[in-house]
Amino acid sequence: MLRLIGICFLLLSQFAYAAAKIEIWRTAQGSKVFFVQADALPMADIQVIFDAGSARDGEQFGLAALTSALLDTGAGQWNADQIAQRFESVGANFGTGVSSDNASLSLRTLTDAALFDKALETMRVILTQPKFAQADFKREQNRTLAGIKQREESPAEVASEAFSNMIYGSHPYAHPDSGVMATVSKLKSADLQKFYKQYYVANNAMVVIVGNLNKQQAEATANKLLADLPTGTKPAPIPDVVMLAKANQQHIEFPSTQTHVLVGMPGTWRKDPDYFDLYIGNHILGGSGLVSKLFVEVREKRGLAYSASSAFAPMLKPGPFIASLQTRNDQTNQALEVLNTTLADFVKNGPTQAELDAAKKNIIGGFPMRFDTNKELAGYVAMIGFYDMPLDYLDTFRQKIEATTIDSIKAALQRKINTSLLQTVTVGNSSKTLAPKQQLH
Amino acid sequence: MISRLISLTVLWSAAFAAIAEPTAVERKLANGLKVLVQEDHRSPVMVSQVWYKVGSSYEPGGITGISHMLEHMMFKGTDKHPAGQFSKIIAENGGDENAFTGQDYTAYFQTMAADKLEVSLELEADRMRNLHLLPEELKKELEVVTEERRMRTEDNPQGKMQEHFNAMAYSSSPYKHPVIGWPADIAAYTVEDLQAWYQRWYAPNNATLVVVGDVKTDDVFKLAEKYFGPLKPSDIKPLKPQTEIEQLGLRRMTVKVPAKLPSILMGYKVPVLKTAQNEWEAYALEVLAGVLDGGSSARLSSGLVRGKQIAVSAGAGYGLTSRLSDLFELEATPAEGKTLADMEKALKEEVVKLQKTLISPDELQRIKAQVLAGKVYERDSNFYQAMQLGILETVGLGWQKADEYVNKINQVTAAQVQEVAKKYLIADRLNIAYLEPLPINSTVNNAATKKGGV
Repeated sequence: MLRLIGICFLLLSQFAYAAAKIEIWRTAQGSKVFFVQADALPMADIQVIFDAGSARDGEQFGLAALTSALLDTGAGQWNADQIAQRFESVGANFGTGVSSDNASLSLRTLTDAALFDKALETMRVILTQPKFAQADFKREQNRTLAGIKQREESPAEVASEAFSNMIYGSHPYAHPDSGVMATVSKLKSADLQKFYKQYYVANNAMVVIVGNLNKQQAEATANKLLADLPTGTKPAPIPDVVMLAKANQQHIEFPSTQTHVLVGMPGTWRKDPDYFDLYIGNHILGGSGLVSKLFVEVREKRGLAYSASSAFAPMLKPGPFIASLQTRNDQTNQALEVLNTTLADFVKNGPTQAELDAAKKNIIGGFPMRFDTNKELAGYVAMIGFYDMPLDYLDTFRQKIEATTIDSIKAALQRKINTSLLQTVTVGNSSKTLAPKQQLH
Repeated sequence: MISRLISLTVLWSAAFAAIAEPTAVERKLANGLKVLVQEDHRSPVMVSQVWYKVGSSYEPGGITGISHMLEHMMFKGTDKHPAGQFSKIIAENGGDENAFTGQDYTAYFQTMAADKLEVSLELEADRMRNLHLLPEELKKELEVVTEERRMRTEDNPQGKMQEHFNAMAYSSSPYKHPVIGWPADIAAYTVEDLQAWYQRWYAPNNATLVVVGDVKTDDVFKLAEKYFGPLKPSDIKPLKPQTEIEQLGLRRMTVKVPAKLPSILMGYKVPVLKTAQNEWEAYALEVLAGVLDGGSSARLSSGLVRGKQIAVSAGAGYGLTSRLSDLFELEATPAEGKTLADMEKALKEEVVKLQKTLISPDELQRIKAQVLAGKVYERDSNFYQAMQLGILETVGLGWQKADEYVNKINQVTAAQVQEVAKKYLIADRLNIAYLEPLPINSTVNNAATKKGGV
């Protein structure tokens, strides 16, 4: 989930001042390639992305993540040590990962030919000839199980997992990417192979290349990487999210000094026409760090928490809208009240003109900082590609922010956040929590 | 083997010739403020950071964490800019900002469009000398810092273990206490304490301004002079040495906290660049950390996580740029069915191997390749580059050390790595903590909310 949020919060911007133009084409097998030439540094970032995230787990929660984790533990003629040595001997960084929506393989390498070729060849073999050997499977499964256990010692993780379950019910966005004990312990190596064969195919793949390569080199890179990938088929869309019928509150008892509070519901998706209104609205509410309303109300005015924020995580289907804070157990009700009031008032009234003007200045003025590194730029390109956003999305970003109004923001927020349906999760030590009546006034 | 190494060396120099090495330019204002500028014109943005030579290792007992508390209070206003204005102005100018405190430094930063540099410099210069420290603001912010401590330490098993571990490992070094401070000390700060701390350390001659990005060096110097130039310097009293006394034997402890997985933390007292008798020792320890944990092919992942499968995770850490001698740390979580004793034995065997056998040419080459590549990758981030310059300058090593790093690592030999392993990774310098999980009994209560929303 964390990784996913990282991608989803990338805000789109436009390349008004820079020559960072996205070029796009398809490989012979049908995979889309998104390329930005960036020559300032002798390096390149390359990602291959599949619609093979944890939303594709079916009943086998954790299947997508474990499949991804196995890729570089053995491929072609090489074992995990040899693969790691091949990358690290040329100073390359390689990793795999999943979010709810996708699975990715990422390489950062120098572009000096000999170094680049060795790194790329290694990535190609990992991508096309992973072994899923039993010994590697067993070990990585055990490590995943340990990771799941470790999640249970963090009140933040416990809260996040409970919240996802609560707002998504039986939808595949409900479960954690790495799965749960009961499902991961039942997985077999053959399940991973099957998942890999179904989803890691050319028609379900896209490539992002950002770096010091020319177009021909980028084409050769994409061709080489994917040539041996079977064509396959794109999977059917994942199911729609069903909105909950009533508000719910869940408390999980936990021996912590703070109570973690999450409030929200399914929010917005990438192609939502309301997206820009929701984005700037949330920016004002809880998305702009030290100056957002939630931060000011909860922390600056009352000292109730170290962090208080809110976010929409736009995904293929409505990703979560979450407002959150952590506070000393006995202040939970007071803090929750401040959060809920701030949220409800904002949804009801929208921003003031002054708030809206300030937010526009921040977003538009800070626009070039959103992708001033190759790493961030590659992230944006991946987002545009994976979510099938128009290529001029970046070019029109500022206009779309500029075009929002108090009314359009208010209307969008009211369409997406029905405050009578909010879901609330608290995780903490309730014996230290005073009853609501004692706290409220 | 030899021919392969040579060919790689040639490749590397070729890879490097492709880019001009960036280097910072330094100027010192008459009031002692050091200004470092590194131009990077890839994007029309810049980062501006003000580094103060003060952090938790400067703090005497009773007011631990006060540097961090003061960092929070630095957002609470001046004559010209009342509480909240600083952040508002930065935001309206499209900026991002924050601050961080470490053992050896306190730093404030803004990332903004390059033509907004002046906005950040004016505000930073103002709060360097004119901060308001008001009792009612302190009262609220004390609560915030206490919540921060709960989140980072009280409710975080690994954070808690690290805090107790440092308190045991160090005797006379101020690295003994946590950056955020002990709870009783946090609760007892007064406005007078903060005022005194601010007066003592916040002055141009105890600070470094670092600007990296799409700026012209001379323009930055002019703006720095304009805003920081008028500030009066202070008489900064030298810090007491607080050198760590010699450890006289192995120290062990158990930390019992609600958790699900046991883990072990081992730390050997070692010198750093600033304190090593011979500078190469610090670079050799850096390479040694790379041998153990410089990637998935390094020994801990390869040998303990994959090979023997004793650990589900294992790591090594060493920071050569600390101001005072530090710990070379090893940490690991045992695999299911393995004990902390198995884990400890396996980690110690790795140490013994380093003492008995020279590391292989492949390992050394791999680390050097990673360091060289890392030098290119780090240029992707203005922020990271500014961080490096700021830390090196603030701990007293001088920012030029950033430029020397690749060469110094390249000069490290296998024999030197063995030598530092023999000299420093020994029982008398070792500290060990075991995290022993106490049960977490979670229970779930569901209730449909009676009324929606508020």
